[in-house]
Amino acid sequence: MKGGFITTRFEHVLGWARKYSLFQYPFITACCGIEYMSTACAHYDLDRFGAGLTRFSPRQADMLLVVGTVTHKLAPVLKTVYDQMTEPKWVIAFGTCAVSGGIYNNYSCVQGIDRIIPVDIYIPGCPPRPESVLDGLIKLQEKIQNQRPEWRWQKT
Amino acid sequence: MAEDLIRVLTGRFPSGLEVLSTAPGDEVVAVGADMLLDVMTWLKGQPLDYVMLLDLTCVDERPLGRGFTMVYHLQSLSRNHRLRIKVFLPAESPAVRSLAGLWKNANWLEREVYDMFGVAFTGHPDLRRILMYDGFEGHPLRKDYPLRKRQPLVKERIPDA
Repeated sequence: MKGGFITTRFEHVLGWARKYSLFQYPFITACCGIEYMSTACAHYDLDRFGAGLTRFSPRQADMLLVVGTVTHKLAPVLKTVYDQMTEPKWVIAFGTCAVSGGIYNNYSCVQGIDRIIPVDIYIPGCPPRPESVLDGLIKLQEKIQNQRPEWRWQKT
Repeated sequence: MAEDLIRVLTGRFPSGLEVLSTAPGDEVVAVGADMLLDVMTWLKGQPLDYVMLLDLTCVDERPLGRGFTMVYHLQSLSRNHRLRIKVFLPAESPAVRSLAGLWKNANWLEREVYDMFGVAFTGHPDLRRILMYDGFEGHPLRKDYPLRKRQPLVKERIPDA
């Protein structure tokens, strides 16, 4: 046949397109934010992985970065932000506080944001190095690439 | 200066004061709860000129057999000197006069102490919680607040295995 053609699977193309166009919503509450800024800026450059476009409305974002400690007082806000994001959406817990509450095992802090919203990738560290953040992002991209279209509706 | 400060203070208020420390730069004086506002008003004016309320906090000393202790940190800018005032309050329904009319920052500091320790400040213009949310029960920095007690606002889901 002249000109040739390639074959692929639709889900593969969809995953490929999604994983390289992550619009992120940074939900930053604490000192991990400095490390997030470092990761997002030119030296480490999240944009190399297609996640450079920061949105400041959750309605335009599809990757929620929860960066820092979340208190019980803040939990309804985080829940609202998550609910406002449109499908498909992914959540990264950035830093020990977001992962498990960290050192703040007390009356005021949520012991990990997965008690409020589903989390896709956990990045430990207090704060995590930018390299771990990039590693987490790449792991999320792998997950997105291999996700079946109906995964989210099965999950909840 | 230390002896001078204590002498001037006890000279003005012969009774009701208890000098706890006279170490230079670390003077501590206990004041009766009923005369706190009078003492503070006088300290803020001349001649001692303690115009600045650095901090206002509370200690739950009930495990030591006492009640709650209010601690006020004052600074005199013109004399470059500090003074700490303590007020011993009963363990049951502690209450003390508010200093919000004297120092503006006492307003929020007293709300914090009310929030964390449940000390009532009489005469406070807006005494409500400042850090914890509406509906929070108890006062978390009291020693008898359960260490593991949690009061989440959002119903917590079971995390993925």
